[in-house]
Amino acid sequence: MTPHCPLPDRITTTVCMAHGGGGSMTASLIGEIFAPAFSNDYLNRRHDAATLPTTDCRTAFTTDTFVVSPIFFPGGNIGDLAVNGTVNDLLCAGATPRFLSCGFVIEKGFPIDDLRKIATTMAEAARVAEVEIVTGDTKVVERGRCDGVYINTSGIGYIPHGLDIDPGNIHPGDTVIITGTIGRHGMAVMSQREGLRFSSPITSDTASLCDIVGNLLDVVATPRVLRDPTRGGLSSTLNELAEASGVDIEIDESAVPVMPEVRSACELLGLDPLYVANEGVMLIIVDPADAAKALAAIRRSAHGADAAIIGRVAPTAEGRRPGVWVRMPLGNRRRLEMLSGEQLPRIC
Amino acid sequence: MNPCDPTPWRDPQIMRKLLDRIAATVTRPWNIMEVCGGQTWTLARYRLEELLPDGLNMIHGPGCPVCVTPAETIDDAIGLAMRPDVIFCSFGDMLRVPGTDGSLLRAKTAGADVRLLYSPLDTLDIAVENPDRQVIFFAIGFETTTPVYALMAEKARERHISNLSILTSLFTVPAAVSAIKSDPDCRIDALLAAGHVCAVTGLDPYRQLASDLDMPIVVTGFEPVDMLLGILRAVTMLENGRSGLSNAYGRAVGEAGAANARAAVGRVFHLSDTSWRGMGIMPLSGMKLRPEFEQFDARRRFVSDREHVSVTNRDYPDSCIAHLIMKGLRRPADCPHFGKKCTPACPVGAPMVSSEGVCAAHYRYLS
Repeated sequence: MTPHCPLPDRITTTVCMAHGGGGSMTASLIGEIFAPAFSNDYLNRRHDAATLPTTDCRTAFTTDTFVVSPIFFPGGNIGDLAVNGTVNDLLCAGATPRFLSCGFVIEKGFPIDDLRKIATTMAEAARVAEVEIVTGDTKVVERGRCDGVYINTSGIGYIPHGLDIDPGNIHPGDTVIITGTIGRHGMAVMSQREGLRFSSPITSDTASLCDIVGNLLDVVATPRVLRDPTRGGLSSTLNELAEASGVDIEIDESAVPVMPEVRSACELLGLDPLYVANEGVMLIIVDPADAAKALAAIRRSAHGADAAIIGRVAPTAEGRRPGVWVRMPLGNRRRLEMLSGEQLPRIC
Repeated sequence: MNPCDPTPWRDPQIMRKLLDRIAATVTRPWNIMEVCGGQTWTLARYRLEELLPDGLNMIHGPGCPVCVTPAETIDDAIGLAMRPDVIFCSFGDMLRVPGTDGSLLRAKTAGADVRLLYSPLDTLDIAVENPDRQVIFFAIGFETTTPVYALMAEKARERHISNLSILTSLFTVPAAVSAIKSDPDCRIDALLAAGHVCAVTGLDPYRQLASDLDMPIVVTGFEPVDMLLGILRAVTMLENGRSGLSNAYGRAVGEAGAANARAAVGRVFHLSDTSWRGMGIMPLSGMKLRPEFEQFDARRRFVSDREHVSVTNRDYPDSCIAHLIMKGLRRPADCPHFGKKCTPACPVGAPMVSSEGVCAAHYRYLS
């Protein structure tokens, strides 16, 4: 049976346990929703495992699981988030993303139309990132055992010869670049979750950043490091890098780009944009000699127009632990700690 | 002006000018207390204290409701939240505050239905949607937050909602300030009053307080320029030997305050003796529901009279000195637990929990 055959069991309007049972209902779910959306040569063979071409490049392999609530939020949904997140993780290793798997855990009663919307956005995100979803799995759990739908995506990409991206390569004096405004995803989800309405709605920045990384690698042979500051925001990523490479990172507070509506929403809720999640920006550290051409390359890329140099790497003072410092407008500086627990809103 | 932060209240050039004027005004050491946790946060966030002249000391006051809610009340909240018939609603900051044993966050992990809300008014709909459950809001706050609880109780009565109540922990600023000032160890020369509280109360209570305490009180806002303006006014008055009230937050605080908010509070609440964490019971320093609104009092409805444990025993375990820090008698770094056993991830004392708690502000921005 090919996915395009007429199917004996038409699917219902909501997901039921039989859709995950492996029988004809499962086949109809796959045949009507996933197979047509994701259709490609590898998937269409319908083996238990996709068989992929080999290459003499090093292979990058990553996995991520998406449990966002709400599932649909301004600017995206769990589907494009799941594709873009794994694509960006591959990009951070310097890899060209090629193949994805996707695993769905669906709560009984989940609307089929919503599932179709999710699959469609996943397919579109995969098309934009030029990756193929080559294998997948669907499980259905009883009501209350999961929150609508969870998606796992794993990804494979190939790393061009000679490219070695490693936090250990960071040196004092290096330049720190952010590719876009921060805090959009976290505030879009939080506004939706809490039913907050702003005069100009904040949309998630979820996007794959292939264009940015491609253009960057055209002008800078070996950037020191690429990272996507997702959960925990920019501050967590900077702290992880400082710790991993044993250096200080200093950022200029006024240089970090934040959209006015994101800043206002953060202030309203007592949050710091430096700690809010992003899904479509990348933190890039380069040799200072490469900074200007790197910035120009990023700015002419899709999702890179707001890129900015935000700081520099510095040696850690004798006897101090490596860390992140924020240079404030009056010239004095404060340490930027990692997020402890969840950021909680201000109360008065 | 900073292009990413387009408010004049954070303009580095204005801040620099104010700092220069403060430096030019001060001739001797002074101790100024900022009352509100929001102001403490701004001082710490912008590291303003290190830019002030030597000898001009900021003392961090008790104005964070999270920090002054007694452990006993947290214990009551946890007890209520653990009841299977209860939906317990709270502002986020309260979830991690340690009670005698555990916190609301731990209760939530153990299965309690604890919900984090941004507006207490959301409880009205939650109560209507869950007629077979008791919905309780953890109503903490100062004069700024109390009006919304009054509105909530009046709306609940109007809509005949019977399964909604509040666990109150409501405080008033002037009584607490008087109590701290009357401590023989107190070294405070001037006070920065919390601007948003004054926006509700109006200026009269603070004019009276300044006269009673015979010291300068400056109504002050929360942005760094506001703080520096408040400090400049305070040191100018101190250097000139003047006491009295000055309003440095005129863009938000008018002479009369918010009369309609005060009227709503007056209809629903009355002043009462209230227990402050680590400081004990202070006369007429808080608010309780009036008898005609007792039906919304969660304590009265659900908490049985229990053996009273001494305040300090419950409030501060393991030689935590939070009560001395909140009176301005010690600084966070004086505490043996600060940054070691006590961190925002694992707080021992309440001031380490809220982002506006003095210990958390010091830990995050000044350590």
